[in-house]
Amino acid sequence: MASGVFNFLMKSCRPSNVRYASSRTVTLIPGDGIGPEISAAVQKIFASAQVPIEWESVDVTPVRGPDGKFGIPQSAIDSVNTHKIGLKGPLMTPIGKGHRSLNLALRKEFNLYANVRPCRSIEGYETLYKDVDVVTIRENTEGEYSGIEHEIVPGVVQSIKLITEPASQRVADYAFEYAKLNGRKKVTAVHKANIMRMSDGLFLRCCREAAKKHPEIKFEEKYLDTVCLTMVQEPSKYDVLVMPNLYGDILSDLCAGLIGGLGLTPSGNIGLGGAIFESVHGTAPDIAGKDLANPTALLLSAVMMLRHMDLGQHALKIEQACLATIRDGKVLTGDLGGKAKCSEFTNAIIKRIESS
Amino acid sequence: VKYPKAKYGGRSTVTLLPGGGIGPELTGYVKEIFLYAGVPVVFEEVKIDPSSDSNEDLENAITSIRRNGVGLKGNIETRSLSTSVMSRNVALRNELDLFVNVFHCYSFTGIQSRHQNVDIYVIRQNTEGEYAMAEHESVPGVVECLKIITREKAERLAHYAFNFARKNGRKKVTTVHKANIMKLSDGLFLEVSREVAKHYPEIEHNDMIIDNCCMQLVSKPSQFDVMLTTNLYGTIVSNVICGLIGGAGLLSGGNYGDHYAVFEPGTRNTGTAIAGKNVANPISMLNGAVDLLNHLELDHHARILRDAIMKTVNEDQIHTPDVGGSATSTDVVENVLKHLAQNVKPGLVF
Ligand SMILES: Nc1ncnc2c1ncn2[C@@H]1O[C@H](COP(=O)(O)OP(=O)(O)OP(=O)(O)O)[C@@H](O)[C@H]1O
Ligand SMILES: Nc1ncnc2c1ncn2[C@@H]1O[C@H](COP(=O)(O)OP(=O)(O)OP(=O)(O)O)[C@@H](O)[C@H]1O
Ligand SMILES: [Mg+2]
Ligand SMILES: [Mg+2]
Repeated sequence: MASGVFNFLMKSCRPSNVRYASSRTVTLIPGDGIGPEISAAVQKIFASAQVPIEWESVDVTPVRGPDGKFGIPQSAIDSVNTHKIGLKGPLMTPIGKGHRSLNLALRKEFNLYANVRPCRSIEGYETLYKDVDVVTIRENTEGEYSGIEHEIVPGVVQSIKLITEPASQRVADYAFEYAKLNGRKKVTAVHKANIMRMSDGLFLRCCREAAKKHPEIKFEEKYLDTVCLTMVQEPSKYDVLVMPNLYGDILSDLCAGLIGGLGLTPSGNIGLGGAIFESVHGTAPDIAGKDLANPTALLLSAVMMLRHMDLGQHALKIEQACLATIRDGKVLTGDLGGKAKCSEFTNAIIKRIESS
Repeated sequence: VKYPKAKYGGRSTVTLLPGGGIGPELTGYVKEIFLYAGVPVVFEEVKIDPSSDSNEDLENAITSIRRNGVGLKGNIETRSLSTSVMSRNVALRNELDLFVNVFHCYSFTGIQSRHQNVDIYVIRQNTEGEYAMAEHESVPGVVECLKIITREKAERLAHYAFNFARKNGRKKVTTVHKANIMKLSDGLFLEVSREVAKHYPEIEHNDMIIDNCCMQLVSKPSQFDVMLTTNLYGTIVSNVICGLIGGAGLLSGGNYGDHYAVFEPGTRNTGTAIAGKNVANPISMLNGAVDLLNHLELDHHARILRDAIMKTVNEDQIHTPDVGGSATSTDVVENVLKHLAQNVKPGLVF
């Protein structure tokens, strides 16, 4: 916790080869469902805090490319490639058939290899758990999400989980560097190498090698099922966790559940081609367009983004205003048990920023 | 088809696989209790050397279960580092075609936990999916691991789950999947469960994506009734629920196929770190023994053992450290024996 100021969210380190343009323009992908409302809330709050960035809003609705397949529009790709940093609301993914997950396509396109999700109990929003402070770091480009599936013979399908050494190595290294940069004590590698002996075995080996390079950080290995068991019993046993794609997806949601759900948890995707910060909740079609959504997750993701861009002062100001508003408990959205509209909650945060 | 079970002199023979870690001590308590209560069961014990690369012990175990039809086990360790040696627990389930794992997860009134009134059955695919153990290194540093879902097995499992719900007066089945990402494999699992659900119109059916499911479990477990899962999601869901109700030391699970049944502690832990210290919670294995007795239709013995367990946990609150107490494993077992003493008819003891 640099300079003695308490940062609720930590700083994500960026790969040394990534440079940011000096103009500090950020690509904004408002997304579907509640996405546009919560993105607008974030923009308003950023304006009030006089954050020195410009937004470039892009639409990622899939378009048919030259190859006949549907994909992200080139203009959106160009925007992220130029600015190397983006903020993204939720995108709709149809279940079963249909086009591939857009989230997945973005991850692939920009090689966003590490998904970082800090889950920390928020003061003033009571849940059954009071002492949660874990960061899940998830391999984001391969594993069960390789997208390779076949029907071998009718009625028999196989999906391939792909684990490679380079991808495992870089996410393992990232976990230790993150732990070091943020004064964390321990990294836990989560695996199922008793069953998936080769694939998870390879991932685990990469973690062990990364651990050797960082002797100052404690390292442990745990089975996925054991982590599931003990995480809901005693979350304080864990600090930073690193794992393959699917386990990360599941555990990060589990941890989010401990602190009160997806309306509150931010996340960052760190990559070779840039970094995209996003709220991890879905499009919440049931409340979309009704000014009822909680913008906290996206706002805290934007705070992570500011830290990543070395705009720590602005990050802190916004973070404190947001957390104080929740702690205060007077103006809360429905998911937090309050009655306020998204816009009212947003204004309450702005008021705190302006009076600070 | 149920094969007739060998019963010599009115006694059933049951295969006992102590396994590694805390397995031997826990199965030891079961033997002690059965002897004390005059349970007409003879155990045929098969030890499996965890460090050996040979599968001879395992083959003996499988032959024994084939002969006896039923087994009770601890978690078997596979210590070999060779990637060609597959997990023995998995091999056993595959060889005996124990296609379904049934795990009843419920709260105990005598145990402090964050959630009360949990009562969920997890019906889990037990012989394929992520545990297919088909892996290869295509080029150095690149490993492919296959997950296999077959319509046939998915159908059999789904029918099992809905039938189970029907027979046990359950109202709802929730299919747990990740079909938004694994569109073909989990897609098939989901599609089949939807088709099968149509044959059971009185049972409500819904589905949930595994990550959301975990979040729902920790915030509102009461919404679940029967859960129908693939192999890996099954272990995840079971462990999360166990964490909610007080840990791995309480509940048991059953592995069933068309011909055989094998019972074990529900979360299948080895417990290496706590082995031999007289601190492991014996309740999960004792509940496995109750399941075994029920399966053998030894109703009287099942009931008195079950009562003794529940009194020990809920009323006397003799708890090992994993559930917040300070009792030893043997304290718990002795208390169970004390209750049994009131129900064991002298004539039954030999
Ligand atoms: N930011 C938010 N503010 C308030 N409530 C939210 C928010 N995000 C999610 N929710 C609530 O949580 C529930 C689950 O929402 P979520 O959108 O994540 O999943 P979903 O409905 O499956 O959408 P998708 O298909 O896009 O993933 C919704 O019913 C919604 O009411
Ligand atoms: N019967 C039991 N009584 C008390 N605690 C238990 C019992 N079974 C499991 N546990 C606890 O549950 C946790 C998970 O157990 P498990 O044995 O699976 O650990 P593990 O990570 O698999 O390591 P290992 O297999 O090497 O023991 C451990 O903390 C263990 O002590
Ligand atoms: Mg998720
Ligand atoms: Mg284990």
